Amino acid sequence: MTAWIEWGRALVGGALIGVSTSLFLALNGRVAGISGITGGLVVPVRGDVAWRAMFVAGLLVGGVLVALFAPRAFGPSTVPLSLVALAGVLVGVGTRLGNGCTSGHGVCGISRLSPRSIVATVTFVTTGMVSVLLSRAAQGGAR
Amino acid sequence: MSAVEARPSSRAQHAASFASGLLFALGLALAGMTEPRKVIGFLDVFGRWDPSLMFVMVGGIAVNAAVWLLIKKRPTPVLSAKWLVPTRRDLDARLIVGSALFGLGWGLGGFCPGPGIVSLASGSMGPWVFVLAMLLGMRGVAAWEWSEAARQAGATVTASPSSRPGGA
Repeated sequence: MTAWIEWGRALVGGALIGVSTSLFLALNGRVAGISGITGGLVVPVRGDVAWRAMFVAGLLVGGVLVALFAPRAFGPSTVPLSLVALAGVLVGVGTRLGNGCTSGHGVCGISRLSPRSIVATVTFVTTGMVSVLLSRAAQGGAR
Repeated sequence: MSAVEARPSSRAQHAASFASGLLFALGLALAGMTEPRKVIGFLDVFGRWDPSLMFVMVGGIAVNAAVWLLIKKRPTPVLSAKWLVPTRRDLDARLIVGSALFGLGWGLGGFCPGPGIVSLASGSMGPWVFVLAMLLGMRGVAAWEWSEAARQAGATVTASPSSRPGGA
């Protein structure tokens, strides 16, 4: 029974993400891809920084609200920090090369039936599954 | 975007950016995306598979696709002078290699970029290490692109005197 509650929560959370990205698209005419928005802050282009900073500020303030009112929504890391660092580098390099992540390709791009986003999403979900399989094997199948 | 286009409503655009980021963060937390164990559970199809994150994508795509169908005929977005939506449709190795690497990192740490940034407020070290490493990775690709561009520009300069037929 609890699975249904979890799935409902996931559906409502996903819909809220959809409202956020739709709002952003309808108002500003842009795709709300987190890796792209953040990447433009790391590699700034003059006149193209402020809206990105505002979006990231929204994410950070949202995080603070979650920490204040629903701190249990944050789960602990499942792997040692050295592997978290490796994961971060892979995500940074991969999203920059592949022009997007779960939000830009997975939610926004698929909604517009972009062939690039569909291929990207199938690819990263597949290698994500492979990655989990490999780490399980490396941990000796312990769970 | 030129300054002329941005100026009339840039304050409203920035407010819209902030509000979208805020809602996005709340959506991620509600959806369970800020729990690495849940994300890894979704990708663990050969183990104890947790399908709940599939519903996150279904919810996000349903709302987004419906709104996109409603608004895409508009000549411009509400607060901006033009649509700035990606239009490329070609598939290249870079897209696939990049997405493959992203997936490996996503499955390893259980974080994608949005949840990583939102989880900075959690007070634990993991998200900080993840986000700093991610920013370094992005910066690294940009540095590689710049050096490639400089190398190609150099090659063009040295090649140009001979490749300019009847120039001068």
